[in-house]
Amino acid sequence: MIGATGITVPALNYVAVMPEIALIAGALWIMLATAMSPRRIGSGASLFWTVAAGCVSLGFSVWQWEGVTPHGAYASFDGAVVVDGLSAFVAMTVSLTVIVAALIEEGWMRRRGQSAPEMHMLTLLSAAGAILMGAGNDLVVIFLALEIMSIGFYVLAAYDRRRLASGEAALKYLILGGFSSAVFLFGIALTYGATGSMNLAEIAKYLASNVLLHDGLLLGGMVLMLVGLAFKVAAVPFHFWAPDVYQGSPTPAAGYMAAVAKIAGFAAIIRIFVSTLQPYRADWQPAVWVVAVATLLVGGVVALVQTDIKRMLAYSSINHAGFVLLGVAAATTAGLSASLYYVLVYSFMVMGSFAVVSLVGGPADTAHSLEDYRGLYRRSPWLAWALALMLISQAGVPLTTGFIGKLEVISAAAAAHLVWLAVVAMMSAAVAAFFYLRVVMLMFSPSYGPPAGAAGAVDSGSMVAGGEGVPEPGSVAEGGEGVPGPVGVSSGGGVATASLHGEEGIVGGGGDASGYDAVAGEPAGERIPVPLSTAVALALCSGFTVFFGLFPGFLTAMVHVVTTAIPIH
Amino acid sequence: MPGIHGPLMAATYPDAIMFVVSAVLVLAGAIGVIASRNPVHSALSLVMTLFGVALIFLAQQADFIAAVQVIVYAGAIVVLFLFVVMFLGVDRLENLVVEPLRFQRVLALGLVALSVVGMLLLGVGAHWAIGAHSVTAPALNQPGGDVAALGKSVFTAYLLPFEATAALLIIAIIGAVVLTRRQPAAGEEGDAVEDTQGAGGGGAPAQERSNQADADGVDPDGAAGGQGSPREAPSRSSRGAPGETDSRAAEDGEPGTVRRAGEEVLR
Amino acid sequence: MGDPLYVHGVTLAAFVIMLVKVVVAFAALMLAVMIVIWFERKVISDMQSRIGPNRAGPWGMMQTLADGIKLFFKEDLIPGQANRKVFKLAPYLVIVPAFVAFSIIPIGGIVTVAGHSFELQVADPPIGILLLLAMSSMAVYGVMLAGWGSGSKYPLLGSVRASAQMISYEAVLGITVTSVVLVTGSLSTRAMVASQAASVLDWNVFRLGVVPFLLFFVAITAELNRPPFDLVEAEQELVAGYVTEYSSIRFALFFLAEFMNAITMSAVMVTLFFGGPDGPRFHAVIWLWPILWFVGKTLVFLFIYVWLRAALPRLRYDQLMELGWKVLIPIALGWLLVVGAVVVDRWWGLVVAAGLIGAMALLGRAMAVGRGEAEGEAAALASVDSTGGGDGGPRAGTAGTATVGVAWREGDA
Repeated sequence: MIGATGITVPALNYVAVMPEIALIAGALWIMLATAMSPRRIGSGASLFWTVAAGCVSLGFSVWQWEGVTPHGAYASFDGAVVVDGLSAFVAMTVSLTVIVAALIEEGWMRRRGQSAPEMHMLTLLSAAGAILMGAGNDLVVIFLALEIMSIGFYVLAAYDRRRLASGEAALKYLILGGFSSAVFLFGIALTYGATGSMNLAEIAKYLASNVLLHDGLLLGGMVLMLVGLAFKVAAVPFHFWAPDVYQGSPTPAAGYMAAVAKIAGFAAIIRIFVSTLQPYRADWQPAVWVVAVATLLVGGVVALVQTDIKRMLAYSSINHAGFVLLGVAAATTAGLSASLYYVLVYSFMVMGSFAVVSLVGGPADTAHSLEDYRGLYRRSPWLAWALALMLISQAGVPLTTGFIGKLEVISAAAAAHLVWLAVVAMMSAAVAAFFYLRVVMLMFSPSYGPPAGAAGAVDSGSMVAGGEGVPEPGSVAEGGEGVPGPVGVSSGGGVATASLHGEEGIVGGGGDASGYDAVAGEPAGERIPVPLSTAVALALCSGFTVFFGLFPGFLTAMVHVVTTAIPIH
Repeated sequence: MPGIHGPLMAATYPDAIMFVVSAVLVLAGAIGVIASRNPVHSALSLVMTLFGVALIFLAQQADFIAAVQVIVYAGAIVVLFLFVVMFLGVDRLENLVVEPLRFQRVLALGLVALSVVGMLLLGVGAHWAIGAHSVTAPALNQPGGDVAALGKSVFTAYLLPFEATAALLIIAIIGAVVLTRRQPAAGEEGDAVEDTQGAGGGGAPAQERSNQADADGVDPDGAAGGQGSPREAPSRSSRGAPGETDSRAAEDGEPGTVRRAGEEVLR
Repeated sequence: MGDPLYVHGVTLAAFVIMLVKVVVAFAALMLAVMIVIWFERKVISDMQSRIGPNRAGPWGMMQTLADGIKLFFKEDLIPGQANRKVFKLAPYLVIVPAFVAFSIIPIGGIVTVAGHSFELQVADPPIGILLLLAMSSMAVYGVMLAGWGSGSKYPLLGSVRASAQMISYEAVLGITVTSVVLVTGSLSTRAMVASQAASVLDWNVFRLGVVPFLLFFVAITAELNRPPFDLVEAEQELVAGYVTEYSSIRFALFFLAEFMNAITMSAVMVTLFFGGPDGPRFHAVIWLWPILWFVGKTLVFLFIYVWLRAALPRLRYDQLMELGWKVLIPIALGWLLVVGAVVVDRWWGLVVAAGLIGAMALLGRAMAVGRGEAEGEAAALASVDSTGGGDGGPRAGTAGTATVGVAWREGDA
């Protein structure tokens, strides 16, 4: 019988994993509700529970933060997880990301006339993985968390099963992601062989008290782990998946993946390399420099020639990864603070950008050519303003969060005597500014094309041929709701107008289909319907970007608290 | 024989023989996986590799892991591979002569050679710290052997990873369900949209067709044939409906037929 | 713990004894197969009011031998479409696991011959019962490859059915075995037998509350592809399933493996749930009684198999899958949880049992919802089909790509 072996259960401090538990519980609750209700649960309900889970998780992470800042870090579950500034920071950031992502996903799905409990479940669970990755203090935990997060991403990438591109993106992501996970795992194995433990604290202790005469294993392990994580954050030369995946994935999922993968990936990089493999800094730092420079250059330059906005944003996210890596490469307190700050503000910028893209892309999620953005201001001024804000913030224009991020990273790099890296980063920022501002200019440029009379021939509320961004008939229904209306409740009036609009749209579209082929891609005068939830998400992202761009003090103080706790010699 | 200490030369003869045999199995299987032109043969080679790995586990006195390796990997996972290969009839010989990217093979060979050399260089004289303070050796002498030791570590040091695996499995299950479920048609569930379809009656294709009928005033099927602009043509009509119908049907139709075939097989 | 044979390490005597054990087990198994085939044919013909084999030997007992010799000397045919390598490999992949699986069965107690004590069991590895699971999962390969390698339709269908069925029921098998392991505290089959030795009430079948045994029995029957789960070789549908293209000695190997597996699995059932060779011993030849008890108990199960074959109609494939996934696996999991909780503490057992009833209710509800959804979809599709039927008919297939979707949906519902 059992019991003879005498198991002493380790001290379990559940506070350490409460954010994860909240998110997983939310996902399970939605799953149960979906399975139990004879009708699939309404989209409003699943959105509500997702946001609620995100808020609870946020609350717990704030609680962790409040506990950590005065009393210092502590480990739990026999050292498997640690609660420190970094983990609480990751938990808070990811929780916020989940809330915003859920809102955007909801809007996207509603425009397609679907409810999305599964999408929300996947979002919640992969976010739990991301938080665990930030908290993991054991290579096994970090790997598992990485897998939880990645599997969610693979499925989210494949979520739009109407488009073959989505499946293609998921397949590419799955195969390359699986390969990189294997590489990471191999790195873990070698590190374990060299240090005799998979616990980061143990590894640090071992390396502090022993000098390895033959450090080949550890070097190999470090390289492989760096490759595995660099893949996840899409650093060059491990970035090849990113453009295809971002382009093919459902747009909200792409924004969410871009944000969360970077937060979790960089948290793991900081925890493994900067804080644990500190004694081997001289060995891994040059590698990070090289990767950072390559990432900055490739991301910036290749983005210039993109004609698809999602691909452009993918390369821009690669470019941003370069900036974050720059801070990591500096490996100073200031550099890490700058990196964390950058990741945080980037997640809002990218989600805001993809939120607008998800709306402009139309219900079929296909209108992502840059040409589709020509004259967006005429059609939907608010969307144009929002996207413009996100893009100029990404470009690093002052008074936005992006500016401070870039500034801090570059100054930290310069302070760490990485002047050449700082120069490269500045050049890259200048190049990047060009392609961001190009989109902004496109949006605010007047649309040319058929004279106003032609557009007027069709009813003003209906659609004109060729405008790829214009919604499909069925989803014009959301138009009635785009103007603020309660999410999850469809008013009868809205339905009636919508159906009217829809029919008009069909007639107009059908009639003009052949007529304006010549001016394909020419935007129409149709206003893009904005679901309430997406509007809220956009407002959150814009507000965050502007507010903390104007008053960055709070965030910089916060990341400073995080990084001062990381031991840097 | 309390496990292998140090490099292979110091191992006992049975251990050395076992290692060589299993290493040959593993490597031969691994090469077979990528060298076979028939996917079924590849899968069988994979089984051989997994068996070799199980043997290595046995040599390390990790009996339990060895058994699990055979049951789970060889017994379940590769069987599923084979199942899919046979079921979907993709067991035709691959034509490996035509290379879409010519430089790829050379590049791959170069990279492999480079990494092998790198691994060897790093491994030469490597000091395996694990041999010095191993955690397995004392555990094996406990009552219950490696199973008890494993159980103990699952409930102590690796409690959290063990529980996190549950989350991993859940997300994998949800993902599998999401990907294999029939895709609900646009508007099939949405409250607001449902009413706009009118004639559709709910089913996705019907909805598409009825919309087209409304739009063009023609017979639905005729419309699909006539107006069906090429899917990726830039001049797609404003609502993008035909293009979407095409792509969805292409996407759905394919698995559809396959699944039907499958059901016939199963019934 | 461990075979007393190896207390002095692996000596020459131990090696020889081990070899003898292997050979004896092999021979006994072959002999048993012969007898069991005759037994099955005789019993089932009795049940069907026939005479059965009655020509070769007394009561036709030599019939199996005659059949074996015939098969041995038949021409060895390999179909032209077959994948020769795989076709030849498959029988061995079936027969070897069947032999290996038997090695963990404790047939009797410890005997002493010429000063050497040893267990009446080929091997008693610490992972014991896992070896059985591993071997039964290996046997799937033989079946799959036999069907695929034949290069013919019916064998392929048979092997696809077989592998799906075996994988599905292996889960139940594993879970029920786990509940036995929980109360034993060991994976070793000998330890399992020892833990049931105290009294009949300590037999696992009673100690675990009968349910695991029933689940195990059903799962085993499906694993063995025995009636009523013999869809794999349903004559009326698939000729002879995956062995259709086999003849001669290769066919004999499949046949042999099938009956060997039946014997092994009956023996496993005896070991896991009925105390193995345990039973009252009388004074004369003490070492023989356990063997007799073991053989007797095993025979009971072999008889039950034949009985089932005579009595029950074959399941449909979807019924088989529903039974496996929707009934057996949930029950097995739930029972395992209760067993585990009871092992810890009786009150925990009650709590878990109560929670389990709630969970089962939820599960039932979810399944009902799923069924309702499927029915609703079917109804909707029916209406779609009738409206769409007017214009050229969606069933015309090539009329439009959209119709493929309709046809598929319908087929799915």
